[in-house]
Amino acid sequence: MTAGLDAYAPFVGHATIEELRLLGERLRGRKVQNINSTAVGGGVAEILNRLIPLLLEVGVDARWDVIRGGDEFFAVTKTIHNALHGQAVTLTEHDIAVFRETTEQNLASLALSDDIVFIHDPQPAGLIEKRAPGSHWIWRCHIDMSAPSPPVWEFLRPWVERYDAAVFSAPQFSRTLPIDQVLIAPSIDPLADKNRELDARTIESVVTGLGIDPSRPLVTQVSRFDRLKDPLGVIDAYLLARKYNDCQLLLVGGSATDDPEGAQVLAECRERAAGHPDIHVVELPPTANIEINALQRASSVILQKSLREGFGLTVSEALWKGKPVIAGAVGGIPLQITHRYSGILTHTIDGTAYWIKQLLNAPDFAQRLGENGREHVRQNFLLTRHLRDYMLLFLYLSHLGESLIPLD
Amino acid sequence: MPPPVARDPFRFYTRLTLTRLTGRRAADLAEMVEHLRHASGSVIFHHTHHFLVQHQHLSPEPPNDFAFWVRNVLQEDQLGERLAAIDTVQIPSLGELRERTIAVIEDYLATRRELRTAPPGEEFHFMDAISFTLPTHHEASTLAEFAAGLREVGYATIAYHLFEARLRVGAEDNDFSRWLEGELDERDLAAAIRSLDPYTHTMEGLRQRLLRMIATRLEGEQSR
Repeated sequence: MTAGLDAYAPFVGHATIEELRLLGERLRGRKVQNINSTAVGGGVAEILNRLIPLLLEVGVDARWDVIRGGDEFFAVTKTIHNALHGQAVTLTEHDIAVFRETTEQNLASLALSDDIVFIHDPQPAGLIEKRAPGSHWIWRCHIDMSAPSPPVWEFLRPWVERYDAAVFSAPQFSRTLPIDQVLIAPSIDPLADKNRELDARTIESVVTGLGIDPSRPLVTQVSRFDRLKDPLGVIDAYLLARKYNDCQLLLVGGSATDDPEGAQVLAECRERAAGHPDIHVVELPPTANIEINALQRASSVILQKSLREGFGLTVSEALWKGKPVIAGAVGGIPLQITHRYSGILTHTIDGTAYWIKQLLNAPDFAQRLGENGREHVRQNFLLTRHLRDYMLLFLYLSHLGESLIPLD
Repeated sequence: MPPPVARDPFRFYTRLTLTRLTGRRAADLAEMVEHLRHASGSVIFHHTHHFLVQHQHLSPEPPNDFAFWVRNVLQEDQLGERLAAIDTVQIPSLGELRERTIAVIEDYLATRRELRTAPPGEEFHFMDAISFTLPTHHEASTLAEFAAGLREVGYATIAYHLFEARLRVGAEDNDFSRWLEGELDERDLAAAIRSLDPYTHTMEGLRQRLLRMIATRLEGEQSR
């Protein structure tokens, strides 16, 4: 069960909680229907699971529905997802027919009568066909849309243009559209197992259990075994830094059994790490939240050397633990890291190696980056900020186009 | 003598912002100037003020977005320094802040032959602040109550009364100084707050500075 709003006061202060309740008072009884394509798994479901109870607590009549679709529909939406991420793929006429048919079925079965309908991601985008007069519709895109495949975007665009507003996670994801577009970043929950405080004994037990020496510096990247996270580049950067600094490397990620390419990338990482006892390549189940938390807390430096990234919330997770982070300047990462203030942004393997050495050799500077990073996350990437932005967006729907909105 | 009581109590407001994406982006200084010419006051406000609350604990504090991008992405250190040094507190309106920013860039461009271009993916994205103002539950009729309220409110409230009222709404004075002088006849305190450069403090630093100023004034009152 999600903790109540007051449980967040120790992290963000009572004034912030009061502000959230003030906004809730102005939305009291407003019906908000969230719709996405899955009830479990994935970042969207995780966020809705945490946000819906908090919206209800402050007075917003929020609910959450999930569209239905068969394997064929979800194969098409996976293609759409990849195309919006920039893969050069197109939809066949059959794909389009499947997408429209499933949309029609959901239009027939879903009641879409709330004051605000909040559609998450492309799968349910076509539900706008049944927009009721007087209602407001929002399309929330969680995908990196900086370079979408043009034919697939053109397929979706006519629906998106019928919404009142579109929401993106980073400014470079926005498109040229005739509707309002707002920036709302995702968030982490400081009370979740992945982020809550852990005692030293738990941390040491996890670290030693994986054969890592807790007395020597540890450099860690937490991510799926995906080429876009550049795990082989991480190993190369580590090996360059290792010539001058005694340290260990940990590459840790979720299970890759359902992802053939992931399994291949994992095998390549193990092959590259062979013969280097200080490199640990670890596969953990998706439920290993406390273990990931402990490994982040045990690290001296955290890497997120992504080549492409939706938002990269693992960066906020590490910063929240006060860790110095070296990350690729892609996707939403520059929103989380201001270079040399709250972390380090790099573009190359050599640059990553350089900064690993710098941070291991200058622990005071590394500590300051971590402390600044934690405060930056506190102000901008905790669940309470996400809740505030959603409520502001709901209120904005009654003031579209305005810049100064008094809520007396 | 009992402390002065305001006829019109001070209500602390908060200002919360939602960020609107404009779709405008600049890859070099010429494009930045072109977009700046068409930027609304709320866009200028976003890029020169959002860090005050969003980056409010960073040390050292980053400058405004224009200066940060020019220095860190375009690597134009000299211009970055000039943009960071624009004395916002002396500029009465967002329109004039925009003109001043354009003038500083154009002045620099006049001495440059080549324009540096941002690497792909690191362009400057113009964003707009949608500001929502709403009253909090904190209200003050005396100086002591004012200090108590100031201790409780969030950073957005301090930013709103010190920066936003003056620059965005066009008021000639900040809200704190205006009320303290107009309602409690605290002319010296109002002047002292007016003479602060709020851009060189963190929000918490500003709160503590204001509280110390008020505490000194209250101690002086008691010792009379």
